Amino acid sequence: MRQTVYNWGRYPKVKVDLKPLRFREDLNELTLDPCIARGNGRCYGDSSLSDSIVSTTAFSKVLLFDRDRGIFKCQSGMLLSDILDIIVPKGWFLPVTPGTKFISVGGAVASDIHGKNHHLDGCFSNHVLELEIFCGNGIFMKCSTEEHHDLFHATCGGMGLTGIITSVTFKLKRIETAFVSRIQEKARDLDEAFYLFEKYASHTYSMAWIDCLKGGHSFGRSIIMAGEHTPFGELKTKVKTNALTIPDGAGFNIPFELPGFLLNGYSVKAFNELYYHKTRKKISYDIVNYDPFFYPLDAIGNWNRMYGASGFVQYQFVLPLKTSRVGLIEILERIRKQGLGSFLAVLKLFGKQEGMLSFPMSGYTLALDFPMRKGLLSFLTTLDELVLKHQGRLYLSKDARMDAAVFKASYDNLEEFKKTLNKYVPEGTFTSLQSKRLGL
Amino acid sequence: MKSILILGGTSDIAIAVAEVYLAHNFKIVLAGRNPEKLQLVKNDLTIRFDGDISTKLFDAEKLQSHKEFVDTLDHLPDLTVCAFGYLGDQAMAKQDLEECLKILQVNFTGAVSILNVISERYKQQKRGTIVGISSVAGDRGRQSNFIYGSSKAAFSTYLSGLRNELFHFNCHVLTVKPGFVSTKMTAHLQLPPALTAKPAQVAKAVYRAVKRGSNTVYSLGIWRMIMMVIRLIPEGIFKRLKM
Repeated sequence: MRQTVYNWGRYPKVKVDLKPLRFREDLNELTLDPCIARGNGRCYGDSSLSDSIVSTTAFSKVLLFDRDRGIFKCQSGMLLSDILDIIVPKGWFLPVTPGTKFISVGGAVASDIHGKNHHLDGCFSNHVLELEIFCGNGIFMKCSTEEHHDLFHATCGGMGLTGIITSVTFKLKRIETAFVSRIQEKARDLDEAFYLFEKYASHTYSMAWIDCLKGGHSFGRSIIMAGEHTPFGELKTKVKTNALTIPDGAGFNIPFELPGFLLNGYSVKAFNELYYHKTRKKISYDIVNYDPFFYPLDAIGNWNRMYGASGFVQYQFVLPLKTSRVGLIEILERIRKQGLGSFLAVLKLFGKQEGMLSFPMSGYTLALDFPMRKGLLSFLTTLDELVLKHQGRLYLSKDARMDAAVFKASYDNLEEFKKTLNKYVPEGTFTSLQSKRLGL
Repeated sequence: MKSILILGGTSDIAIAVAEVYLAHNFKIVLAGRNPEKLQLVKNDLTIRFDGDISTKLFDAEKLQSHKEFVDTLDHLPDLTVCAFGYLGDQAMAKQDLEECLKILQVNFTGAVSILNVISERYKQQKRGTIVGISSVAGDRGRQSNFIYGSSKAAFSTYLSGLRNELFHFNCHVLTVKPGFVSTKMTAHLQLPPALTAKPAQVAKAVYRAVKRGSNTVYSLGIWRMIMMVIRLIPEGIFKRLKM
């Protein structure tokens, strides 16, 4: 059955054949036209779009949960939100989580997601013990850092091109409470933001919201947010009995696409002004549930509709540490001059990362989103040049438009990835619109 | 501890029903054809709900095995949900007798056979509830799926008769008529979201209706209106429609 499918950025939209996967055995009957696995469609661009899509949303059973050792195994379509519902009451948390809990664990592996703790804990793949992958032709492969390690490293961050992940086994993180002790500190400008990232480097979680539209002496003003899982002893007595309770998920939903003109230079500036001045204090401390700390946007259902019917493009790049400062100044200045306001600009300091196509590298990453409009794509191409000039690269899970040359110039381990792909997967079994565009 | 037997225990609606009843501390028996799939579903539910769940092999099409199936149950459940079904392919079923018989067998004869056995036991003990998952497709025959539809119509009629009989033995029968539900049965169809229920919604409707002692429940509720309108269209006009 052909249907219209698009991912979180609502761009591009394609009419494709969607095949639901429910049981592992069904893969043997899969007719192998080039296809790609797709979970909850929370990547932003075309990574999980293809002429034929295997949907894993119903392929979502828990296979094992070792409550003593903190080991979890499930099918690839299971959502992180469902995993949290199971593990948090037993005193465990995800080792790494992105800014939304509505992604599938298969997507977490394929995008090799990072979180606010990347500088200390690395990507999701650093906590994966074993994967099982369907590589086409009836072949299921088990892999880990020891067994078929090349396949393992190609699959983590491999955007689904090594096959359909059928199960993921990973380590969990011990928590005493479902709360996070949060520190927020304002940075007057970009240099102070850098200084604060160093200051909070030993904190488990850190990231910053950055105002991209502010020029002059407040250029790069930010709010740095750092956090630690709250120890039981630090909870107020009245919440102690609910230390590991799942937060109530009730939130607000955007029921339809808002008119595109709502988000413009003026409204984003006004929002940024309010957001920066929401507290007058330089530093504030509080204890919040894990939901508002990790997933503030999940409280607004379908927040992507905010950008109107034409959708939006996320643009996330990372620059190596040595070029981060110069590069960020140049790129932020370019964005500011263009007046293309990014509503949600997030800055974060990464640690080191291994992997073939994994995105992070030691340095600063900036994530921006731009409402889709005329001229945006050509503007982003000029940003690509700046990112390349400063030896950075773009995040594939958020990409819908990078060209092959930029990709090849920025991902160093590409040849190794292709070699591994040829070794395990019959050519052309798994392709996405993105892989075709990037010449993968 | 109360118990529930779910026949066709690996279907999406069955799993959703199991989840709702686990949350209300019922003991669950999942019955189905495929032992691996049953085990997978049981394992998943056990990890998520810490409940008492067991599985038992059951094949709706093997009519001769149904009495033995009931005889070998550890105990007779308080509640039996008949959740198996086969949508089939209408066009193929018109040509291929085997496909046609499979639709009739699974949805009707198989259901009748197993519920006959169970309802007799319920009558004897003067206690028990039967839930039959039928379909709005049985409310009126339409050219696009009347083989499936007629098997469900027959099943609905069976359930109403059974309800009448069991009433005099203090037992209850609930007919559930889901409209569109997003399940593996309908995964290949593009369904209008406003008219399509999630399995969890059907399961909640089942739980509520059993508690209230309702006779027929539509899920979603809007389907009661839709089917009322569809039933009211005079046959002379209806036959000309392409539905």
